[in-house]
Amino acid sequence: MDRPSENFTLALKYKRTLGPVVGAFLTGLRDGRLVGIKTAEGRVLCPPLEYDPANGQRTGELVDLPDNGTVESWSWVSEPQRKHPLERPFAFATIRIDGADSALVHAVDAGSRDVMAAGLRVKAQYAEERTGRMRDLECFVPIA
Amino acid sequence: MADILDLPRDVAIVAFSQVPSVAQETRTEAQMLVESINGVLEQSGIDRREIGFTVSGSCDYLTGATFTFVQMLEATAAWPPISESHVEADGAWAFYEGWVRLLHGDIDSVLVYASGKSSLGNQQEVMSLWLDPYYLETLGVDMFSYAGLQAQAVLNAGKGKESEWAEIAGRSRRDALSNPNAQVRGEVDPAELLREDYLRGPLRPHACPPVSDSAAAMLITTAEKAAKLGVEPVYVRGIDHRADPHYFGVRDLSVSESARIAGEKAAAKAGFGPGDVDVAELAAMYPHEEQILVDALGLGDGVRLNPSGGALAANPVMVTGLLRIGEAYNAIRSGSARRALAHAQSGPCLQQNLVCLLEGGNG
Repeated sequence: MDRPSENFTLALKYKRTLGPVVGAFLTGLRDGRLVGIKTAEGRVLCPPLEYDPANGQRTGELVDLPDNGTVESWSWVSEPQRKHPLERPFAFATIRIDGADSALVHAVDAGSRDVMAAGLRVKAQYAEERTGRMRDLECFVPIA
Repeated sequence: MADILDLPRDVAIVAFSQVPSVAQETRTEAQMLVESINGVLEQSGIDRREIGFTVSGSCDYLTGATFTFVQMLEATAAWPPISESHVEADGAWAFYEGWVRLLHGDIDSVLVYASGKSSLGNQQEVMSLWLDPYYLETLGVDMFSYAGLQAQAVLNAGKGKESEWAEIAGRSRRDALSNPNAQVRGEVDPAELLREDYLRGPLRPHACPPVSDSAAAMLITTAEKAAKLGVEPVYVRGIDHRADPHYFGVRDLSVSESARIAGEKAAAKAGFGPGDVDVAELAAMYPHEEQILVDALGLGDGVRLNPSGGALAANPVMVTGLLRIGEAYNAIRSGSARRALAHAQSGPCLQQNLVCLLEGGNG
């Protein structure tokens, strides 16, 4: 059935501060580095969260982390959609950054589904123009 | 304060009515609800002015408009003015609010209803809008992609296989043949299903839910009111809901802690557990979700899963969970179960889980 349609951009035209935790992570991305946060028990969460999901306690010290990580799980997108971060086939993946105890959700530009595996080593690839958003991190790529 | 385990009143489901789930319904949600609500009024014989409280579940994001639940209230014929509430969630959570409301002790009947037309938009994208806007939604992680991440985690943990998912999809479609309200039905060869191309590897289309439109209504009352109405009650013996962290990167996606805890809490109230039921209606939109839930709830071989066909056979967003409670009620009313479990979910990758334990009047 043909449905009537009209292009329309729904936008919330406000600037807002993201606070000391999410803000620190996205500022880190703008500067081309990954930041994690320590929980009271010393576990490191990347991306950082304001509270430890295990017990609700406030998280503490921010820590710099390397650009490398390991794939845990993935979902292969053979036909990228308009809101997806890459225009060629890619994987959404959970990636444990080296030194972190939780996983980051992002895209892996692996070229082929066959490349994806638990334990695949990947490296962050940053966008050239960065504005303090998740998309400053363009994707992760397999380490050759 | 009274212990919640010491429930002051018996709450029962006394009527349930749904409109068939279809890929694209031309009626409005309010029009579908007129049929559903009239259905429960007729089944129970209650006068709508006797209803003490009305609570609904629906979602503005599906329609792309604001305060759409106000239009849906037309279906209740809300004059003289009624006492009413709405949750921007699956109708199963409206049911929970209605159950709590009955425990207050001052009213004896609650009308619960839910509606949703997923066909109005791009469901993959709409179901991305409930994600955290800074870390997740901004990446465009659509519903099939985040489900695929969980599916792969189940494979990685050795807790499921793609061939098992095809078997579950086949069972679901076969069961749906005897459910006139289901949408995707038929006899299919699982081996044939496995020849489909991946939608989001490792998920093939058969392992994903359809786009569905539907509405449903339910009447819940005290045991005394059910007796006055002269209808057979199905008792709500225990109900609980729990949530896992929203950011699913911090979770082990191959298990569901929140479903396990909700099952235990509901069992503590009910005096019997998820493993003691004859039928379980799980809001598993994907076969791997069913496997995770079966593990988390400890459902053994003696528990018949989703005789209605479940959410793989019809997935009207915002109605799916209430349909599970309704189908569990139907299983008891038809005599195919004495005790039944109904499950509902919300959020990405089974983030939030509701477990409801029901028992027939002679239980």
